[in-house]
Amino acid sequence: MKSYAHQRLLSLVGRYALLIFLAIVWLFPIVWIVLVSFTKNSTGFVDTIIPDNFTIDNYVSLLKNENGVFPFVNWLVNTLIVSVLSTIISTLIIIMMSYVLSRLKFAFRKPFLQIALVLGMFPGFMSMIALYYILKSFNMLSIGGLVMVYAGGAGLAFYIAKGFFDTIPPSIDEAAKIDGANKWQVFTNITLPLSKPIIVYTALMAFIAPWTDFIFSGIILGNNDSKSFTIAYGLYTMVFNSKGSATTYFTQFIAGCVIIAIPITLLFIFMQKFYVNGITAGADKG
Amino acid sequence: MAKKRKINAESIVSEAERHLSIRDVWNAGSAEKLTFFIMGFNQLKHKQFAKGAMFLLLEIAFLGWLAFSGISALSLLTTLGPNKKMTTGLDKDGIPVTIQPDNSVIILLWGVLAILIIAAFIVLFIQNYKSNKHLVYLTQTGQHIPSNKEELASLLDSNLHKTLMAVPLLGVFLFTILPTLYMITMAFTNYNKEHAIAFSWTGFTSFGQILSGNLAGTFFPVLIWTLIWAVLATATTFLGGVLLAMLIESKGIKGKGMWRTIFVIVFAVPQFVTLLLMAQFLNTQGALNNLLMDWHIISEPIKFITTDSNAWVSRATVIVVNMWIGIPVSMLTSTAIIQNLPQDQIEAARIDGANSFRIFKSITFPQILFVMTPALIQQFIGNINNFNVIYLLTGGWPMNANYNSAGETDLLVTWLYKLVFGQTQQYNVAAALGILIFIVNASISLIAYRRTNAFKEG
Repeated sequence: MKSYAHQRLLSLVGRYALLIFLAIVWLFPIVWIVLVSFTKNSTGFVDTIIPDNFTIDNYVSLLKNENGVFPFVNWLVNTLIVSVLSTIISTLIIIMMSYVLSRLKFAFRKPFLQIALVLGMFPGFMSMIALYYILKSFNMLSIGGLVMVYAGGAGLAFYIAKGFFDTIPPSIDEAAKIDGANKWQVFTNITLPLSKPIIVYTALMAFIAPWTDFIFSGIILGNNDSKSFTIAYGLYTMVFNSKGSATTYFTQFIAGCVIIAIPITLLFIFMQKFYVNGITAGADKG
Repeated sequence: MAKKRKINAESIVSEAERHLSIRDVWNAGSAEKLTFFIMGFNQLKHKQFAKGAMFLLLEIAFLGWLAFSGISALSLLTTLGPNKKMTTGLDKDGIPVTIQPDNSVIILLWGVLAILIIAAFIVLFIQNYKSNKHLVYLTQTGQHIPSNKEELASLLDSNLHKTLMAVPLLGVFLFTILPTLYMITMAFTNYNKEHAIAFSWTGFTSFGQILSGNLAGTFFPVLIWTLIWAVLATATTFLGGVLLAMLIESKGIKGKGMWRTIFVIVFAVPQFVTLLLMAQFLNTQGALNNLLMDWHIISEPIKFITTDSNAWVSRATVIVVNMWIGIPVSMLTSTAIIQNLPQDQIEAARIDGANSFRIFKSITFPQILFVMTPALIQQFIGNINNFNVIYLLTGGWPMNANYNSAGETDLLVTWLYKLVFGQTQQYNVAAALGILIFIVNASISLIAYRRTNAFKEG
């Protein structure tokens, strides 16, 4: 009996040790990002784990735009505008679309779902050049155009929210209909109040997207003045527009990344649960 | 089709109405007849003003557009603009000027848009016919014809889907369908660096270039690596995620929520940050190599992802880094499944003397796999198109002299990106490659879903 208890203790210690080791492996690069942002940069290349001398110069010169080429504060403001507008429009579109496809019965529903599936299989890059010319011919290579691209894509991003609406029992709708509510009233007065979690999730996802997208924003805003960039593309230009990935601005770049990564990480930890529900709701149905 | 319609019977047309033929509607009266030409006429006659006016105005707008720009857009589409070369001519005052070649990019765009507008008008015409037919049916059977007010009210009730989908569909139309069709047509032209302004239709030439021409030597190796990568990336993150989830969920581990959060942080940090930093970390003179040399594990730096690395070293590095990024998400989803697994089977197996490994291999893992299959297929497709990891980490390097504008770790999508934005600017080939990627994606999903369905039923 004693050896059995001993064995169990050993197994527990072993598992804790493994878990701690893995946690270090996973967290180490993240911690390093933060450390690099405090490293004094002379060569444009960081080869140390723990900085030789700590400094907050990277943050200061980034926010003050001391070099005059990287207007970080403008990027922050632009991205905030884009993400607020795109959050409002995209959330409305996604919620409307997924509600319709989950709850309302009409002849075009099935074909539409199939068309959406097929459209989703084209690589997104294929349409980028096209989007560039479309926006260019409407003279919209601007932040407004970027908002429209983000919101325009929302019409096909209904899967997770649709999965949520599918789980609300239809008997609630039936009861309201018997009481004389029309479908619009069922949608606004019954379903929407029940859907707060998915609305929050959709809105947060839409809000985060512009902060991390450097590809579309680069194609649409890339030829404009650097003051009109969004933050992800702006930061991207800091390391890529000079030579290669090792440049003079590398540590400032990392400082900028830390500034935007903190709120995004916090938001994400906050909505972990919604994220899991979204994925598994999609997985259950096959 | 007929059977399917009956299932959706709620808002759909009755049997008797469906039996009305075009001839019946045509012969129903002069107003009905006129409605075939002047859309909305019959609706207006029956005082459905909003509906009738909408049809009529859209028809007028369409005809106006057709006369003023539609016809010219369509006729230019056949040649993509007759002036292919820059020429000199005289302007109206007789002064010599250079005449620019026709801008085929714009001509093609307006042409595709024109075709889409015509398709939309045909749909509108059919809707008009259906509405007309409905009016005929209601008059003939002596039923109440909905008034203007009732028609508008139905937009919030039986026709709510039309109201809610109008704006989203416009967005899908302009920002997904139009660009996709535009790019598909571009694959059949010679739009590239040499024909950057004026280009012409060339049929399947660019497909031929990829499949058997000068790019075949790049396409097939890159395709094979893309598939290897997708299999390995999906399998490693899935397995790793399941094992990590089981480790955290195992008995005796305290603070499960905290452990999960630690791993999720990695996923939450934007990828362009973590990946660019990883690239720096793994550099020949980067922190990892310095650390390993300080510890005297290696005597000279390992070339993980430089331009002259060994191909398979770089590929292995990419897969390992991808595990670091992908395992946390996979862990989150498998946790949700593990928590819902029925425990009695596992208990029974344990009483029968099965060890943990047997239980995992024969009970837990198959069940997780079963639930996760659809998600895994999606992940697999996602990995085929995983642009970020490759582009930000290696940029497709190391170089391969036999490849045309691609490197050893390039996937089809990153190669596509390089074909467009790189030195060579082969837009037509990139578009054709996009179609081929679509075919790969679609056939894999089709096979996978068929097999899983068969698996479920049998």
